[in-house]
Amino acid sequence: MSSRENILQAITANKPSFIEPPIIEMKRAVLSSTEAVQQFISTLESIGGKAVIVEGVNLIRENLQLSRDTGAYIVNTIPMLGEVNDEITTATDAHSLEPVFKAYIGATIGIAENGAVWIYESEMKNRLVPFICQHLVVCLDVNKIVPTMHEAYSQIDVAKEGYGVFLAGPSKTADIEQSLVIGAHGARSLLVYLIAPVLK
Amino acid sequence: MDPRNFNKFYFAPIGATTMSHSKAAGVFIQDEPRTDWHDETLWFVREKRDKAVRQVPEWEQLRELASGIKDHTLSNLDNYLSAFEKNALANGVKVHWAADAAEHNDIILQIIRENNVLRIVKSKSMLTEECHLNPFLIEHGVEVVDTDLGERIVQFRNEPPSHIVLPAIHLKKQDVSQTFHEHLGTEAGNNDPQYLAEAARIHLRDKFIQSQLAITGVNFAVAETGGFVVCTNEGNADMGTHAADIHIACMGIEKIIPRAEHLSVFLRLLARSATGQPITTYSSHFNRPRVGQQMHIVIVDNGRTKQLGRPDFRNSLKCIRCAACFNTCPVYRRSGGHSYHTAVAGPIGSILNPNLDMKANADLPFASTLCGSCSNVCPVKIDIHVQLWKWRQVLTNEGYAPTGKKIAMGGMAFVLAHPSIYRIAGKMGRWVLRSLPFITNNKTLNPWYKQREMPTPPKQSFRDWYIKNKR
Repeated sequence: MSSRENILQAITANKPSFIEPPIIEMKRAVLSSTEAVQQFISTLESIGGKAVIVEGVNLIRENLQLSRDTGAYIVNTIPMLGEVNDEITTATDAHSLEPVFKAYIGATIGIAENGAVWIYESEMKNRLVPFICQHLVVCLDVNKIVPTMHEAYSQIDVAKEGYGVFLAGPSKTADIEQSLVIGAHGARSLLVYLIAPVLK
Repeated sequence: MDPRNFNKFYFAPIGATTMSHSKAAGVFIQDEPRTDWHDETLWFVREKRDKAVRQVPEWEQLRELASGIKDHTLSNLDNYLSAFEKNALANGVKVHWAADAAEHNDIILQIIRENNVLRIVKSKSMLTEECHLNPFLIEHGVEVVDTDLGERIVQFRNEPPSHIVLPAIHLKKQDVSQTFHEHLGTEAGNNDPQYLAEAARIHLRDKFIQSQLAITGVNFAVAETGGFVVCTNEGNADMGTHAADIHIACMGIEKIIPRAEHLSVFLRLLARSATGQPITTYSSHFNRPRVGQQMHIVIVDNGRTKQLGRPDFRNSLKCIRCAACFNTCPVYRRSGGHSYHTAVAGPIGSILNPNLDMKANADLPFASTLCGSCSNVCPVKIDIHVQLWKWRQVLTNEGYAPTGKKIAMGGMAFVLAHPSIYRIAGKMGRWVLRSLPFITNNKTLNPWYKQREMPTPPKQSFRDWYIKNKR
């Protein structure tokens, strides 16, 4: 008999009698959308990232262009910000992506309680981009911030694409004497632009 | 790296005599300043956890939910594993089943050989530590680069991790500096964590880009989607898997949860319990291999089904490996992870490991004060201290308790059962303490005297006092 059958049979023989699953119903204070945005900003700052609210995308477009003018390898995956780096596909290898200095990618939602953003594989073009770049810039609709992980999972479909990530702040480690070091293996910095509608 | 050397330091072969927890702890505490530092550093992590927890008013409700989801999952584990397998296969993932550590290691070696892989990176996986994968692969001429900073440090030093979340917590920055100087050529005496971490970043970035195969653990596997979640702060799991042509994810059977929405409960609990962060930097959801990539999942039993069959101990399988019980444990903090001589140390390790090998790990359930702090911080409400106490009874009944302890306990039981003998013994004890203090104030004859002063003997027993003073 294969290990698969052995394991499954042993579980059937040894498992306790059926226990009903609990229902997830959280009772908690309701957060207004302004409070959620403020909490997102302060939480992200406490974990080493930065978030700023911008009206429209003009400022981001300008910053993207300024970055590109320095000659560094800047990757943009968001059409409304300007030219998109079409040379990058799902199949682009690590050697080609290693020189990426800064990457601009979109996110689907943000979470107030932990400063995380959800990014689908399609938003990063290639799974390595948000990790291998030296600096990461994420653009998010300011109205897409939810209070907690419960709302987050109800608004995304984790299995829709091959890969997706909750990303909270820059890469970090405290493995040397519990001293916090920002920039372990992934991006050394994270800037989240919270895009608000342009006021007329 | 010389594999013989590696094995010698890394893990004693299963069944071999290892130093008991109390002996190894005795060695650990000889360096008093370092013991104090270890104790305080872990308590600092515990305090960070407390701070994070207090910001979530519904914390206790979350623990209750997590515990309930895990209880439910264990009661239906066979069906959830089958569903997970079916969905993972449909996602284009290859699924392997391993009865034990040896089969787990063989499966991985076979994938490596079939694909002629030379360069391998691995992110943190306690399961691969439990299975002794690294020494096994080295014996077969395959080298694996551990990419978690703490794990890379201990790998350079031929040591096992001493903590499941903070693998190098037993080391000071001077130790890391010396290790990096020897292996990475960093400046001698430069102890700046920023400088040392940067050196590791440059060294490992090269390994990531060159790697052909990446091994990761699994934090949660979702039955309804066939996907799995891997959590890191450094980004090393993602750098490895997205760069490599082959991804192998290794999971114990207990990593399953039924639905994606359950992840919300566990991800809210995990990092807050582990390090006091609101969430890990990266919570990566893997569903399908990327174009051109192979993705494998190895589902491992290695004693877990046996533990499932022990009603008193089965809920230890609810563990999500946050290590909150380590950081709060007064014994762990003052004895260090290596004293536990197993891949998973601390209170949770002390209730998991006797299941794997009762004889070799008979000392571990005794490495506790039974204070219950572990159970209080456990995010999935495992009754750890109760299980420690129950394991002591099982081990003693099975004949695995140390002889000295058996004789002492037998003697104690006899004395306590006979009031007249108890009174004589009390009198003798007070007389010895007063008249022959060198007998009790003696570290060889009286292990209790180590790190303790003996009390001043009272003039009379409580019984004598009561008889005299009652009216």
